[in-house]
Amino acid sequence: MSLQYQGLSSISGSLVILDHVKDASFDEMARVVLEDGTERTGRVVMLEGDKAVLQVFEGTNGLSLTNSRTSFTGRPMELPLSGDLLGRVFTGAGRPLDGLGEVMAEKYGDVNGQPLNPVSRQYPRNYIQTGISSIDCLMTLIRGQKLPIFSGTGLSHNKLAVQIVQQAKIAKAQNTQFAVVFAAMGIQNDVADFFRRSFEESGVLQNVVMFLNLANDPIVERIITPRCALTAAEYLAYEKHMHILVVMTDMTAYAEALRELSSSKGEIPGRKGYPGYLYSDLASLYERAGIIEGIEGSVTQLPILTMPNDDITHPVPDLTGYITEGQIVLDRGLEQQGVYPPIAVLPSLSRLMKDGIGEGYTRGDHSAVANQLFASYAQVQDARSLASVIGEEELSPLDKQYLKFGKQFEECFLAQRFDENRSMEQTLDLGWTLLSMLPKSALDRLDDKMLEEHYNPEAAEALLRKVKAENG
Amino acid sequence: MNQPVIYSINGPVVKIRNTDVFSMMEMVYVGKRRLIGEVIGLTDTETTIQVYESTSGLQTGEPVEPTGAPMSVTLGPGILTNIFDGIERPLRTLEAESGAFIGEGLSVPILDTEREFDVTVKVRVGVSVHGGEVYASCPETSVILHLCMIPPMLTGKVVYAAPNGKYRINDEIIRVEDENGKVHSLTLCQKWPIRRSRPASKRLAPSRPMITGQRVIDTLFPIARGGTAAIPGGFGTGKTMTQHQIAKWCDADIIVYIGCGERGNEMTQVLEEFTALKDPRTGRSLMERTVLIANTSNMPVAAREASIYTGITLAEYYRDMGYHIAIMADSTSRWAEALREISGRLEEMPAEEGFPAYLPSRLSEFYERTGAFETLSGREGSVSVIGAVSPQGSDFSEPVTQNTKRFVRCFWGLDKALAYARHYPAINWTLSYSEYTDDLAAYYNQEVNPNFTAYRTELSAILKEEQTLMDIVRLIGADVLPDDQKLIIDIARVIRVGFLQQNAYHAEDTYVPLPKQFRMMELILHIYHRTKELLAEYVDLEAIRTSGVFELALKVKYDIPNAKLEEFDTLTAKIDKMLDELRSQKKEAVV
Repeated sequence: MSLQYQGLSSISGSLVILDHVKDASFDEMARVVLEDGTERTGRVVMLEGDKAVLQVFEGTNGLSLTNSRTSFTGRPMELPLSGDLLGRVFTGAGRPLDGLGEVMAEKYGDVNGQPLNPVSRQYPRNYIQTGISSIDCLMTLIRGQKLPIFSGTGLSHNKLAVQIVQQAKIAKAQNTQFAVVFAAMGIQNDVADFFRRSFEESGVLQNVVMFLNLANDPIVERIITPRCALTAAEYLAYEKHMHILVVMTDMTAYAEALRELSSSKGEIPGRKGYPGYLYSDLASLYERAGIIEGIEGSVTQLPILTMPNDDITHPVPDLTGYITEGQIVLDRGLEQQGVYPPIAVLPSLSRLMKDGIGEGYTRGDHSAVANQLFASYAQVQDARSLASVIGEEELSPLDKQYLKFGKQFEECFLAQRFDENRSMEQTLDLGWTLLSMLPKSALDRLDDKMLEEHYNPEAAEALLRKVKAENG
Repeated sequence: MNQPVIYSINGPVVKIRNTDVFSMMEMVYVGKRRLIGEVIGLTDTETTIQVYESTSGLQTGEPVEPTGAPMSVTLGPGILTNIFDGIERPLRTLEAESGAFIGEGLSVPILDTEREFDVTVKVRVGVSVHGGEVYASCPETSVILHLCMIPPMLTGKVVYAAPNGKYRINDEIIRVEDENGKVHSLTLCQKWPIRRSRPASKRLAPSRPMITGQRVIDTLFPIARGGTAAIPGGFGTGKTMTQHQIAKWCDADIIVYIGCGERGNEMTQVLEEFTALKDPRTGRSLMERTVLIANTSNMPVAAREASIYTGITLAEYYRDMGYHIAIMADSTSRWAEALREISGRLEEMPAEEGFPAYLPSRLSEFYERTGAFETLSGREGSVSVIGAVSPQGSDFSEPVTQNTKRFVRCFWGLDKALAYARHYPAINWTLSYSEYTDDLAAYYNQEVNPNFTAYRTELSAILKEEQTLMDIVRLIGADVLPDDQKLIIDIARVIRVGFLQQNAYHAEDTYVPLPKQFRMMELILHIYHRTKELLAEYVDLEAIRTSGVFELALKVKYDIPNAKLEEFDTLTAKIDKMLDELRSQKKEAVV
C-alpha cells in the first residue's frame, strides 16, 4: 500500500491542493477516499515543490479539509480494455453503468493516448457509403477521416447521426467487423436515450460501446469522456482490427467544461474565455482518427457540435474546422423549409474525398458531378439574392432556370426520408438528372464526353412531372 | 555542486529553483527519462524550461541535466528526403524505435550515421580557409550536390585532408588549425543553433520571380526569389492545397515543408504524393529535393514552436551552398498559438486576444531571415517563405494576420465565397497584393514579353471595374447596364473562369509556364478589344455571346497544351474570323 495523505490543504471548485506530497508525478491518478468509504478519482494537474494540485472527477461536494485520505496510484488514467467492451455502457470516466460488472481487462490503455507518427499513418482512401445523397456525393465520408457535424440547437443533427450509423456501409469491406463507439458529453438524458433506442431498434446495440456523461453529470468527468471513448476505439481498431465509427456529441459542451476548469485553475483566457490551449486540446482528440499502415482497422470520427447562436466563427466550430478534415454544416433555413437532412451544401466540405472517389472507388464522373453541383448551386444563391431585390419576374431566363434547379435540388436531392438508403449510383444519376435542368452551356465543369453520356433533359422533365404529380 | 532538480511542473513548463548552471536558450535533458527541453527564462531564483515532449509521469525532484549548448540542429548530408519532427528527430527512425505511436525520451541519431557518401575533398593541406568556404562535396541525392562548408566563425589553415572516397557523416574529412593554434576536426556534418540566422556576406535586392505555374500568382501577384508571402484564409478555403501546388511546381531548388500544428493525414499525403510525383525539372521523385518537418497538432506544443526555426535553419544551410529554397510554413498561426500557450503557462501579461506582446517581434525576426543573399563562399542563394495563416473566425483583423501583413510583401487573401463556389485557387483579387511587381517588372518585360506588365495592369483594371459594376447589378440587375458595361462583366467572367481559376487535377492546367500565361492573357484582351470595336459598330452583344468566342477563351486552358503555344495563333485567327463574320452580317442587315 502506498503512502496515504490525511486531509487536504485547500479546495477550490473541482480542484484540491495537497501539501507535503512526495513522489507524485505529473498527470497521474489519485484516489480520494472519504470517511464514509466512498471513493473519488483525481488527476494531478500541477506540481509545485511538495504541493500537488488535483482535479477531482466526481466533484468536490461533501469534501472537507479533514474528512478524506488521498493516495497516489503512480499511473496515469487508464481504461481496462478487452473485446468484451462491445455492447457495454459506461460512465464518462469509464466505469460500468449497466450493472454488468467490471470489464475483464486484457490490457490497460492510457486514456491520453500518444501521438500517431505521421510516417506510420496510411492516407485514407476508402469511402464509407452513408446512403445520404448530399453526403455521399458532395462531402464523401472516408474511412479514417474526422468529419464533424456543425449544427445548432434544435436542428436534426442527432437524427442525422443515427441515420449515418444505421446505413453506413464500408465499400470493399473484407471480413472486418464494423462497430460504433458513442461518447455523450453534456447531452440531455432524452437525447442519450434516443441514441440508445435507435441503436437497439436497428439491431446494432451489441456492436456499440457507450460512454455517457450527461448534462447533470460532473463536468470534470466530461474532460475524460472523449478520451475514454477514443482509447476504446483505438484498441478495437488497431488490436481487434475493426472499423470503428466514433460519434462524439456535443463537442461544445466539452469545450465549455474545459473553459470552466481552466478558469477555476486561474489560467489566462484566450478568445471568449476559452483557454489558450483549446486548439491543442481539441487536436489531441480529433487527431486520434486514422489508419495505421499495415494494420487492418480504422478509427473514423463523427463529432457533433452545436454552434452557439448558429455562429460558425465561434471558437469551438472555428478551431474544430481547422483540425478536422472538412465539416457538414446544418442550416436552420432548410430545416424550416422541411428539408431533412438540412445540410447546407456550400459551406460543407470533405477534404479527403478527392482521393477516395472516382474511377476504382465510386464512379468516374463523381468528382465532376460534385463540382458542377457545387458551382451551379452557388449560382442559385446569387440568383436568389438578386430575385429578392428586383423580383423573380425581372430575372434573366438563365437565372430563372437556376431558381427552378435550386428548388428541385433541395427537394429531390438534399431531402430524403429517415429510412431512405440511396446507393451511390442512384445518388449520382439523380445529380445528373438535376443538372440536366440547366442548359449545357451553363455546365462549365463537365467535359463534352461526360455530357454526351449523361446529359438528359428528358429525365429532368420526367422528374419535374413526377414531383408535380406527387404534390397533386 | 548539487544536481539541479525539478521544482514545479505545469504542462510543458518546468521550473527549477536556486541554480545558476543554466544559460538562456540552452538545451537540457529533463527528468530520468531525459526529455528534451530548452531554457526559456532565468531569474535569480528560478529557471524556466519548456519541454518538447509530453511531461506526463514526470515528478518533482527529478534531475535536470544541462548540455552547455543552445537548441541546435544537425546539418549535413541526409537531410533531404527525410521527415523530421519539430526538433529535427527523424520520424522514420522514431517509428522503428517505438512503433506507430511516438514515445517519450527517445534518443536517436538525427542523420543516418551508417550511410556512406561519395566525397570529393576540395582543399589541400596548407591552404588557408575561411568560414563558408567549401571543403568537400558529395551527391546527397541524385539531383542535389551537397557542399560541406567551413563553419562561419572559423578561419585557419588546413593541416589534414582525407583523400577522396566513401565516408560516413561522422568521419573526419579535414582538420583546420585556427589563428590561436587550436585544431578543429571537421566531418561531413555540423551543428547550428536554430534561433540564430546563419551569416551571409550581403543581401541582394529581389529581381527574379519565383515562378509557381499558378496564373493568379505569377501574373497578378508575383513573389520574388527570397521573398515572403502570406496565405490567410478560413478553414476550407484551400491554404494547404495552394501550398501543395506551389511546393510541387515552383522553380526553387529545394523545398522545406513545415507542417506546424496541422493534420497528421495531411503530412502523410504530402509524403506519399511528393514521393510519387515525378519532378518535371529533374525527372526524379520530388522528395529528392524536399525535406519535411512534421509537428502535427497532437504532438507536443513546445516542439511546434521550435519547428518553424528548425525549418528555416535547414533552409539557410542549403542557401549557403548556393541553392534557392522555398519554405512552406503551414501554418504560422499554430506557431503563434503555441507562443500564446507557453506564454500563458509562464503567466506573462497578455496583449491582444491573449497573445504575448512579443508576437510581432517574433514574427518579424522569422520573416527577416528570408531573402536573396550572396553567401560567404560567394555564391548566390535565396530563402523564400510562403506562410499560411489561419485567422480565428476567418477574420483578417485578428492579431496574427495583421502582424504578419506588416512583415510580408505578398498577401494572397483566400476568400470563402470563392471556395464555396469551388473557384480554386480561391485567391481574392481585390484583397490580395504583391509589393514585388515593380521589382520584377524588368524581368517580366525582358524575359517573357515587353507588354507583360501593361497587360497585367489592364487585366486588373477590368476586374476592378467589374467589381464596381457588380455592386450596381446586385441592386438593380444586369439588364439595365449599357452593352459596353455588360461586355466588361462578360470579359471579367472569362478572366475569372478562364484565367484565374486553375484546375490542380488537370494534367495540363496544374502547371502553366509563363509564356502560356502571357498568351492566354493576350488572347483574352484581344477578344476584349475586338468585341469592344464591334459594339461601337452596333453589333449586338447577344450576337457576340451566342457566337461562342467567350466559350473558346474559357476552354483554352484545357484545349491548348503547354508545349504547343503556336496553336494560339490559329485560335486567334479563328476568333478574328468569327468576329469579322458578325460584323459583315451586321453590315448586310443595315444595307
